[in-house]
Amino acid sequence: MDIEIDNVSKRFGTFTALNNVNLTVHPGELVALLGPSGSGKTTLLRIIAGMERPTSGRVLFGGQDLTGRSLRQRRVGFVFQHYALFRHMSVFENVAFGMRVKPRKQRPREKEIHERVMSLLSLVQLDPFAKRYPSQLSGGQRQRVALARALAIEPAVLLLDEPFGALDAKVRKELRRWLRELHDEMELTSLFVTHDQEEALELADRVVLMNNAVIEQVGTPQEVYDHPATSFAYEFLGHVNRFDCTVAEGKVAVCGGEIAVPAEGFNGDGKAIAYVRPHDIEIFNGAVMAGRPAVVRYLMAAGPVAKIELSFDDDGTFLEAEIGRAQLHALDLHVGQPVYVRARKARIFAAAGGMH
Amino acid sequence: MTTAATTLAVKPTTRGSLRKETILPGFGLTLGLTLFYLSLVVLLPLAALIAKASGMGFTGFIEAAFTPRALAAYRLSFGTAIVAAAIVSVVGLIIAWVLVRYQFPGKRLLDACVDLPFALPTAVAGIALAAIYAQNGWLGAPLAQLGIQIAFTPVGIIVALMFEGIPFVVRTVEPVLQDLDKEVEEAAASLGAGRIQTLLKVIVPTILPAILTGFALAFARGLGEYGSVIFIAGNLPMVSEIAPLLIIIKLEQFDYAGATAIATVVLLAGFIMLFVINWLQRWNKRRGT
Repeated sequence: MDIEIDNVSKRFGTFTALNNVNLTVHPGELVALLGPSGSGKTTLLRIIAGMERPTSGRVLFGGQDLTGRSLRQRRVGFVFQHYALFRHMSVFENVAFGMRVKPRKQRPREKEIHERVMSLLSLVQLDPFAKRYPSQLSGGQRQRVALARALAIEPAVLLLDEPFGALDAKVRKELRRWLRELHDEMELTSLFVTHDQEEALELADRVVLMNNAVIEQVGTPQEVYDHPATSFAYEFLGHVNRFDCTVAEGKVAVCGGEIAVPAEGFNGDGKAIAYVRPHDIEIFNGAVMAGRPAVVRYLMAAGPVAKIELSFDDDGTFLEAEIGRAQLHALDLHVGQPVYVRARKARIFAAAGGMH
Repeated sequence: MTTAATTLAVKPTTRGSLRKETILPGFGLTLGLTLFYLSLVVLLPLAALIAKASGMGFTGFIEAAFTPRALAAYRLSFGTAIVAAAIVSVVGLIIAWVLVRYQFPGKRLLDACVDLPFALPTAVAGIALAAIYAQNGWLGAPLAQLGIQIAFTPVGIIVALMFEGIPFVVRTVEPVLQDLDKEVEEAAASLGAGRIQTLLKVIVPTILPAILTGFALAFARGLGEYGSVIFIAGNLPMVSEIAPLLIIIKLEQFDYAGATAIATVVLLAGFIMLFVINWLQRWNKRRGT
């Protein structure tokens, strides 16, 4: 089922949580709502679920206007960050809840309920835990129960609010992969909220990047990572070095090198901000053309990619670089070593003034 | 936890194996004070009561404790205390709900009113209730026309006990309701549960331990309540004479043995009931949290 957010705004008193948001989610998509806290992503999810009413605008499911419908009537699966399990009920009863509260006529027989619950529990690999209570489970197991419970009502739409936020890194990774499989297998249309860019980029078909009550950019993970549309998008997605610089004659000096400024968005010269990803920074042992002298300040060589912090000799600005292990060995870097750095690529945005 | 506690303990204690090592200081002192205080104020008088009652001999005790008049008084005391506590549990839950869930003008005033039975001398409450529910009182007169008599009947006793019991339920349920996760209700609604279903299947089971505690407190209070009841009860032997009053009557007749016999029965029965409620609560807690 496709979901359409049509010009939705939400105000709490004088605070604007969402400002004229438009978004279409296609059937079968797994979409991430990504943004810093306070960006409006959770509010948007809650409006889609029917937990909040928009101040203006409409929410459509499969072309049908559901703006006035309550949470209960929308029949969406909702998974909460802190699981929100019924702690006085066993795992089995938690999952069965959605079937048991149906009107008597639509309620499945006890035998069917039992079969459905057990098949859902085996889907989330928790069938041996049916008789346990939520307090006897780990965080990851609880979240899987919550997921099975949400799926028990056979929703076409699954909404997840920071579903892995309260879990540790290893469990999070496992659950992510597993959510992806479930989503594909059950042909759901899913939206999840996260502030973790890695999670959004890894898991989602499309990423909706939100900031300050508006959508900054929508695109596939690769699109938003490789071509951030705004300076916010650049800073939020992945690590990035930010340099203040000045545009002169259509060119800008970044890290010593001169980089041509894109024609659009710039009216002549002026202040600009250059963004360079750490892996787009080259390090040389000796002086090179258009290199800028710097000193290695910190080395983190554990892992496949070495992280290096450097500072420029002239103004002392810090920057971050990432190079492969092989290159690290070739350069034989150590802390305090003088080097030359150069930006392979940079993205220039006009500084303040709104030219994007 | 245990390992952390043991490694953190500064030095191993050699005094007595009963004492577990703990990093919280002052265990010995505070437990000593607690036991001393409880012994002096609670256990000693109770022991004296039992000793006095046991001095009567078994048959003497049975004869004094289970006269028809005493039996009627027990029935009345326990019956009215249970009924009042049950009613108050429901009403108190609603009051606590209103106080926790909604914002409205006069909320603080209502909040203060709940505690009034704590502050008011019980005799004052009794006189006020008797005046209202007497046959010529504000509520008593119209009710009398309908053929309902409240003052000087067991119903009057229940009314008085309800008055005294309300704050116990409200104040025990309130904090638990406050802690109730809004998300759990949203989860229930997203799964298709209506408001009533959410209330009965999700909210009430979660706060049931608190309701049981409130019920136990209100019941215990009702069992021992004297001041507010005697004015409205009418105190007819076999009809509206409560056990505490019967004890007083025995004492006034210098029948100390009879008074202690009745007191012992009330004490034991009350203790058993509270114990059962406590056990129910533990059982309920084991399932949840």
